[in-house]
Amino acid sequence: MTAAPTSVEPRLLLSAPTRGDRIFRGILSGSASLTMVILALIGLYLLSGALPELRADGLSFFTSFRWTELGPFGIGAVLYWTVTIALISLTIALPVSISLALAITQYASARVAAVLTILIDLLAALPSLIFGIWGLIFLQPRLVPVSEWLSQHLGFIPIFNVHGTNFKSSAFIAGVVSSLMIMPIITSIAREVFSRSPQGEVEAAYALGATRWSVIKTVVLPFGRGGIVGGAMLGLGRALGETIVVVLIVSPTFLISPRILESGANSVAALIALRIGEAHGIAVNALMAAGLTLFLVTLLVNMIASAIVSRSRSGAGVEL
Amino acid sequence: MTLADATVTLSTDAAEGHTLSASGVHAWFGSHLVLEDINLVAEANTVTALIGPSGCGKSTFIRILNRTHELVPGAQMAGEVILNDEDIYGPSSRPTVVRRHIGMVFQKPNPFPAMTIAQNVLAGPKLNKIKVTDPDELVEVSLTRAGLWREVKDRLDKPGGSLSGGQQQRLCIARSLAVHPDVLLMDEPCSALDPTSTRRIEETIGELRDLITIVIVTHNMQQAERVADHVAFFLAEENEPGRIVEQGSTAKIFEDADDPRTSDYVHGVFG
Amino acid sequence: MTAVDTTATADDVRSAPPSPPSPRRLGGGRTERWVLLLSALSSFALVWVAYENLTPASGIVGFVLCWVVAFLATVWLAERELHGSTAATDQTMGLLIVLVGAAVVGTLATILGTVIVQGLKAMHLSFFSTTMAKTGPLSKATDGGAFHSIIGTFEQVGIATTISVPLSLATAVFLSEGRGRLVRPVRTVIDAMSGVPSIVAGLFIYAAWVLRFGFSGLAAGFALSILMLPTVTRTSEEVLRLVPSGLKEAGYALGSPRWRTTLFVVLPTARSGLVTAILLGVARAVGDTAALIATAAGFDSLNLNPFHGQQDSLPLFVYKQIRIGLVDSQTQRAWTGALVLLGIVLILFVLARIASSGQTVRLPRRRRSRTTQGAPE
Repeated sequence: MTAAPTSVEPRLLLSAPTRGDRIFRGILSGSASLTMVILALIGLYLLSGALPELRADGLSFFTSFRWTELGPFGIGAVLYWTVTIALISLTIALPVSISLALAITQYASARVAAVLTILIDLLAALPSLIFGIWGLIFLQPRLVPVSEWLSQHLGFIPIFNVHGTNFKSSAFIAGVVSSLMIMPIITSIAREVFSRSPQGEVEAAYALGATRWSVIKTVVLPFGRGGIVGGAMLGLGRALGETIVVVLIVSPTFLISPRILESGANSVAALIALRIGEAHGIAVNALMAAGLTLFLVTLLVNMIASAIVSRSRSGAGVEL
Repeated sequence: MTLADATVTLSTDAAEGHTLSASGVHAWFGSHLVLEDINLVAEANTVTALIGPSGCGKSTFIRILNRTHELVPGAQMAGEVILNDEDIYGPSSRPTVVRRHIGMVFQKPNPFPAMTIAQNVLAGPKLNKIKVTDPDELVEVSLTRAGLWREVKDRLDKPGGSLSGGQQQRLCIARSLAVHPDVLLMDEPCSALDPTSTRRIEETIGELRDLITIVIVTHNMQQAERVADHVAFFLAEENEPGRIVEQGSTAKIFEDADDPRTSDYVHGVFG
Repeated sequence: MTAVDTTATADDVRSAPPSPPSPRRLGGGRTERWVLLLSALSSFALVWVAYENLTPASGIVGFVLCWVVAFLATVWLAERELHGSTAATDQTMGLLIVLVGAAVVGTLATILGTVIVQGLKAMHLSFFSTTMAKTGPLSKATDGGAFHSIIGTFEQVGIATTISVPLSLATAVFLSEGRGRLVRPVRTVIDAMSGVPSIVAGLFIYAAWVLRFGFSGLAAGFALSILMLPTVTRTSEEVLRLVPSGLKEAGYALGSPRWRTTLFVVLPTARSGLVTAILLGVARAVGDTAALIATAAGFDSLNLNPFHGQQDSLPLFVYKQIRIGLVDSQTQRAWTGALVLLGIVLILFVLARIASSGQTVRLPRRRRSRTTQGAPE
């Protein structure tokens, strides 16, 4: 098949691009490279800003629980609360998102599905400030009784235990509000993979007399597992970096406790937002170090998530 | 007028014809040989039809004739294609100039959706940054040659996509003609059209013969018989690259083919 | 749905032969209405007693949550008695999914409703024409305004758009052509960038620019452009991929160089989709607060010059008023600012949807009836 009988060699095609094409190509790849340069610069500037602090406090910056005017600094508790709030919001958002995606792809009529999709896009477009102000003034007073109920009846579980009576400004409330913000991204990824579940297997399952739910359980969900995991990680990445909701809702603390219903939590993003305005000297470097940490963590989570998502799409064209 | 010449004169007089000849053309996709040793001469002011079953390399060949073949990643070729005594693959020729001299009409009508009918006709000069002294005249001449002028002259500012499929295809022909090519390649121009529109395109081809050299790929035997002066029959045997089994005048191929495979094919025994 | 319905339809058809038969309703196998109704009532009663009386708790959110759980459990039990446990699980999960969808839609409606109702309370025309320069904590909610903030937002977002749109479009074209060694790393970087928290973007500009040149609207514009870049790039790339390759080939076949084909054929064809991409990017930039805290830094009076000095913006205005929040008037002002912000975002969102529904990339369809073309002789 491969040119066996002939001894003809392919010609060298001299399709030298025109000068205009070379310039155009240069502009395009220049812009594309610029995005890489920007990302690298973000890392480098934060790193150079962070170095003085990292030299001063070393590893204890990541492990100790303290934050004073002029150091020493430690973001151990802040990291703990960042992850805790993100996990709380993921715990709420993930099942809701999956069920929304199922509603859109498996249950709703075409028209309802289109409307739901638009509404979820709208939810994604709302600024976090709107969620923050609504969460603080509208939702918080309505969630506090839930917190109280949980701590009264499930207080034997450490995370639901509460010392004292202040249920406001807790990691739980911040987590609930930010769960609304990461829901759209998880939903859209899940929706995409669900809508691609193999039609043949779905119909085969129905032909065997399966109910809708058992088709979902045996075909749709297993097929979409990669997308769900990837979408969840994307959501986690967003939640880790969420600033305004946490700033507005929680009251900052530098101590670790497992009690998520109790007043007091923190996050790296909130720490930076609250302190950058009046920070001086080494405190600025400490905030840079905190920012660098957040940058690297979200970068890592996002890269893993994108890799999982694009693999679960198995090379299909459209990026999200 | 050489192929290395970046400027082009847009004279509207019917120039003397241009012969396009391919010799020893091979084509590969990656390491897969799809065409072997094709020799074909499209004489000036004639219509040459390329016929043959699907997958025999006709489209690949026609795309080699105006250097659109190499837009496919991994596509390679060997051999020579001569226009006006120059190899279009020669070291001094440039693909963009070649394509301006050798126009192409595609299987599916593809007017530019963001442009009006008139803008579509003028797209070639615009994309090539050629100054047109009288755009209105160029639009009228090109559309008239493509046999579309009477139908669209009152709605030149409507989008090209608002036309019917057959009209869109004739608009694409007008668009190709507006850069005054020496040769027009047509890759199954009627396969997406209904019989009436097909008939109309065939009439257009007949009228264009005096102005331009035409090479057309078609699956429709009657069409080849109706429009072509010269017919080349391509065939790819199983696991073999495509070759020209036989070529000759239309009458010869359809009535007195030498190769039994040719007569079987043109009379519908296979393919 | 039920057997009774079916026979009724059949009778109708027989008694009125000329009328065309209406399509039969397919489906069935759903939970009967009375089961749902009884379950809802009984679970409501149960939760009423248990939640309100047996446990000393209150709050509508908790009550509704408990009611939903009890309702689903009741439906499941009833269905299991009637149709077996497989059918019961199917019905219950279906109900749960519908309820979750309704809850999310309801939450969105609550958010929008709250912002609108609260925002209108202190809404007044001078909100758009005055600044906070002469407004103190003792002023009324209707004193002062966000004129300076709105100006700042426009300038900052304008700067961000000017920077990021050309860069994003060029990158999107680069990616959509999909050739070269750079494509894969660039796509990874764009993915990674879309996850960079806005506070980090702001902190980067703080380190790279503000520490040397001070706070300014320009710095805020830089930070916002980092946020816009991945959004606009990805959406544009998606749109550009939808442009049929036949159009590009037609351009090349006319002898056009690639760059002219891209500029005059590909981009115009994808025009409305690209507008959508840009509008979504702008919507993201307009509402972002975190990137501005360390760059524009906020200001109580008008600063028209984006290149020098602290500047306010609408999100910073809301953020500041709600953060102080000492007195009701400040909170009220925050709601009003939030309403204006919401309005801008909603307008951008609707415009983006309109633009995307006006996609020019369509297949040829809809024959233009009668043409003058020659009848076959």
